[in-house]
Amino acid sequence: MTTYSPALGAAGSSRPAAPAPAPVPTPAPIPPAIAVGRAFGDIGAMVARELRRTIRSVDGLVTAFAIPVAIMLVFVVVFGGAIQSDGGYIDYVVPGVLILCLGFGSASTAVGVAQDMTSGTIDRFKTLPMFGPAVLFGHVIASVLRNLASCVPVVGIALLLGYRPAADALGWVAAVGFAALVIVAFTWLACAAGLFLSVDAAASISFVFLFLPYVSSGFVPVDTMPEWLRGFAENQPFTPIIESLRALLSGQPVGASLWEALAWLVGVLVVSYLAATLAYRRRTLS
Amino acid sequence: MSTRPMIDVAGLTKSYGSNAVLRGVDLAVAQGEIFALLGPNGAGKTTTVNVLTTLVTPDGGTARIAGVDVAAHPHRVRRLISLTGQYASVDAFQTGRENLQMMSRLAHLGARAARLRTDDLLEQFELTDAANRRAGTYSGGMRRRLDLAISLIAQPPVVFLDEPTTGLDPRSRSQMWDVVRALAANGTTILLTTQYLEEADQLADRVAVLDGGTVIATGTADDLKARVTGGRVEIVFTSPAEAHEAVAAGLGTPAVESDGLGIAIPTDDPARAISAALAEASARRLTVADIAIVRPSLDDVFFALTGHPASAAAAASGTDDIITKDEVAA
Repeated sequence: MTTYSPALGAAGSSRPAAPAPAPVPTPAPIPPAIAVGRAFGDIGAMVARELRRTIRSVDGLVTAFAIPVAIMLVFVVVFGGAIQSDGGYIDYVVPGVLILCLGFGSASTAVGVAQDMTSGTIDRFKTLPMFGPAVLFGHVIASVLRNLASCVPVVGIALLLGYRPAADALGWVAAVGFAALVIVAFTWLACAAGLFLSVDAAASISFVFLFLPYVSSGFVPVDTMPEWLRGFAENQPFTPIIESLRALLSGQPVGASLWEALAWLVGVLVVSYLAATLAYRRRTLS
Repeated sequence: MSTRPMIDVAGLTKSYGSNAVLRGVDLAVAQGEIFALLGPNGAGKTTTVNVLTTLVTPDGGTARIAGVDVAAHPHRVRRLISLTGQYASVDAFQTGRENLQMMSRLAHLGARAARLRTDDLLEQFELTDAANRRAGTYSGGMRRRLDLAISLIAQPPVVFLDEPTTGLDPRSRSQMWDVVRALAANGTTILLTTQYLEEADQLADRVAVLDGGTVIATGTADDLKARVTGGRVEIVFTSPAEAHEAVAAGLGTPAVESDGLGIAIPTDDPARAISAALAEASARRLTVADIAIVRPSLDDVFFALTGHPASAAAAASGTDDIITKDEVAA
């Protein structure tokens, strides 16, 4: 019997006679314990992918690290003196800057998801025997890590410039936890947007997160705004979200704003999560 | 031993709103077979592949991979298949090796198995030298090779290739063909879609022609070509007078779009037709400037099978000419 090597690149258009191939066994169901372990492994692979995407793109690094610091410097160094000349403005504005940056950074996930959608990558993932929404979980977890990391230089430089948060250790833990919830809710919203929109349209949702916080109590007190704007500013989600973070960081009682913020965030999270996972299952490239 | 088809499709239907994309597709593909779905844009090729790869739920009919129902057990089917889509879906920001390793993790290979498999595939697909470069820097052909390598990580018994060579240069195309042949020789079942009759002819054991969401013909490429006219040789002379004389002598008919310089000779055997024509031209002292072999195109197949040309989109794309017409300098 002759042997043949199925080496690739072999010339010739005729195929050697194939040996009788082994019959293909029908795949057995996977035990739940193994399936759960694999799901975590799949999510881990997707987180690593997203972190690599951030670290390797100039855009990603600028969005994640340079823009937040620049926004903070503009408000504290450029506008701060005019807004409140005694230098106390920094304590007021840093939480607003942080939430603005977290929103902006979370929104950039929409671009990554839209790219995965239009490049056919999501179709490829969907034909793999992997945990279905692992790609989306990867985007969200990577977004939490990226955005929390982007807060570090902002807070660090703010401290150098005279920011004096009064929170105790517990307050800091609560603030970081709250920030993580903000990122998770906004990133799921961005995931849903990325599944429905083109790459260009997905990029534009960043502007919503870039401008909406200005019309809140994040940068100036709401009662300094014209009457017609005040109603919107008082009732839009960024006001209670920023108020809550400010209270947590300054060691003040959080009051009703925290419950209002949590209601908004959990609402956004649940609706976005359902929309994104459903769209992920339904949508294909073609 | 049972001869259950690896891919078994019966009466598959799928509509989007009022647009019926699949109107009852029937297919049976044996293990180790290379099967081509041939058809113009919009014929239902990609939708058929999307149903078979669990991306789209069919409205009616059944589709089984190795006996497993696609709609009822998509998770099990995903352990039997891989899909290489029309777009090379590799991550531009990861290196070739990283792309393969990520997919090895998602295929649940162990760390050691993943490393060995990655090295093995890089070598097989001639990507070892480029392994540590980002895939964004790869040429189109390299990216397609990486894409195909990725889809073979888990050694799936059934491989779907959606227009695997669209947009590739001839060298990359023939490399891709070699890869597909080697896979099939190892017992892998391959279903590919193509708009190119040439590709189906070169590669496929059997071909199904899709039009308007149904299979209008199935058979070997030779079966199909036997039903098709349109293959011809075109001889271009240096003056209209010579072309006129050749036509008058019964060599052929005036060729269209040749400025009166060319004649067309219908044939299924271009080599014989060319040598006969050259002998005749030489005997008559006619100067041949150029010779072209025009193979039957997808349009010709469609015309023969349906009496109408392929969709306007495919006919107007002009891409068929690139591979169906081999120019030969005289």
